[in-house]
Amino acid sequence: MAAEPARTEATAVDTIRLVVNGEPKELKLDPRQSILDVLRESLNLTGTKKGCNQGACGACTILVDGKRIVSCLTLASMHDGADVQTIEGLEKDGELHPLQAAFVRHEGLQCGFCTSGQIMSGIGCIAEGHAGSPEEIQFWMSGNICRCGAYPGIVAAVADAVGRS
Amino acid sequence: MFPFTLEKTASTEAAIAAGSSGARYIAGGTTLIDLMRDEVERPERLVDINRLPLGGIRFEGEDLVIGALARMAEVAADADVQRLQPLIAESLIEGASPQLRNMASMGGNLLQRVRCPYFRMLDAGCNKRTPGSGCAAIEGLNAGHAILGTSDHCVATHPSDVAVALVALDATLRVQGPQGERSFPVEELFRLPGDTPHLEHTLLPGELIVEIRVPGGPHARRARYLKVRDRASYEFALVSAAAALDIGDGVIRAARIAAGGVGTRPWRLRACEAALVGRKPDRQAFEEAAQLATKGVRPLHHNAFKVALLPRTIVRALEMAGEVA
Ligand SMILES: Cc1cc2nc3c(=O)[nH]c(=O)nc-3n(C[C@H](O)[C@H](O)[C@H](O)COP(=O)(O)OP(=O)(O)OC[C@H]3O[C@@H](n4cnc5c(N)ncnc54)[C@H](O)[C@@H]3O)c2cc1C
Ligand code: SF4
Ligand code: FES
Ligand code: FES
Repeated sequence: MAAEPARTEATAVDTIRLVVNGEPKELKLDPRQSILDVLRESLNLTGTKKGCNQGACGACTILVDGKRIVSCLTLASMHDGADVQTIEGLEKDGELHPLQAAFVRHEGLQCGFCTSGQIMSGIGCIAEGHAGSPEEIQFWMSGNICRCGAYPGIVAAVADAVGRS
Repeated sequence: MFPFTLEKTASTEAAIAAGSSGARYIAGGTTLIDLMRDEVERPERLVDINRLPLGGIRFEGEDLVIGALARMAEVAADADVQRLQPLIAESLIEGASPQLRNMASMGGNLLQRVRCPYFRMLDAGCNKRTPGSGCAAIEGLNAGHAILGTSDHCVATHPSDVAVALVALDATLRVQGPQGERSFPVEELFRLPGDTPHLEHTLLPGELIVEIRVPGGPHARRARYLKVRDRASYEFALVSAAAALDIGDGVIRAARIAAGGVGTRPWRLRACEAALVGRKPDRQAFEEAAQLATKGVRPLHHNAFKVALLPRTIVRALEMAGEVA
């Protein structure tokens, strides 16, 4: 049997450009790095959380070119030139984003682990026009799991922020 | 994850040349990266196909034509798809999550791999992952597994929702490979496990899915998808049914029915369809036809509930289709 290739060595190194929260970055990456790993480990933006690393929990949700995606299931090297928005970029001039403020107002969290993913997903949900009623919000936010069960506050916060974000 | 090289190209020919010499295509990556991280998939070369001109959604006459790189979300949100092929839109919305649907391509959806937990457990026997190693699901936890089309070598269901709708609607695939192009029914993409469950589809080495063609017709608008699962959304099907009815002068002229969550591939139910032709679209006709769906079932320890749930799901999907104005 052929020897298995070593797993830890970096293979090729790819250079890619990303615009992260408005700032252009040039990065040297191992092709195996997900966008999530790049944010957390290369750029020290740890607001985006790693829950399952399998696409199943939504904690790693970010916006890429304006669309909400799970950053754990996509390779950074496949997104050369992309515009990436994370929770760290939402606050502007000391003012919380309207959806962040709504999460505070409606207590849309308990432990807070899922919250950055919920907020990024909520921004996508509102932009897609899927926040018309509590039932619609429940369905279109179902890609974000909250182990603490803060769902009523999350739904109320998204509903409250419609038209303000 | 094992190391690999990532090739990028905007040329379909270059991608196919790489694919024919052993590289794997990657589109949304939502199946492939997940399985590479678990080291179930170990490709040494990937070709990123996202820059190929294989996107878009269009109508050609009555046919809906969906590019292989169109995203699930994009197809589901298309106003013409919702109006003219509502079964496609509904089956897409019922699958995965909004984030995943923004990423996942239609071609990748058809080639997504099974959700059997043992397929991902490297220390469990799994003929699909490691031919000849046995099947841990047959004596293991198998509530989610198939009752139709199984073999002694594999009992995993095909997990796609939209594939069920496509099979019901007689959709075809156009594929392009080193030897040129060909077209065939989506149903023929999927193999039964038999004694070679590691061979899942009928694409030849290097063949690339280019587009999916869904014929229209009088049944297309009166069509619904019902997915029964452990939670209300963001979960794979226990049982699902796609049903489309052509009703004229108060009788059923034609019916299309396929089921998910029960078969080792998306399961077309032609006997049920034939039993409905000429009948009034009422509960009795639906129940009599749906009984025919369970012919030949092979339930396992934990999934016999699907034998009762399958006909009920079909009846409800037919009722929902019949109610479409
Ligand atoms: C948490 C979770 C929940 C999910 N729930 C559901 C659900 O409820 N219903 C459902 O239907 N799906 C569900 N999915 C599966 C999801 O829909 C698929 O992962 C997705 O559609 C795959 O598409 P992709 O573009 O990401 O494929 P990729 O991962 O890029 O590719 C998948 C496979 O297809 C091959 N491939 C891709 N494009 C082509 C092409 N054009 N020609 C030839 N080969 C190609 C690749 O080589 C690879 O083998 C879920 C996934 C996750 C992670
Ligand atoms: S059912 Fe199929 S995929 Fe699951 S363990 Fe058995 S062989 Fe593997
Ligand atoms: S960490 Fe990405 S979905 Fe859970
Ligand atoms: S607030 Fe704790 S997981 Fe959601």
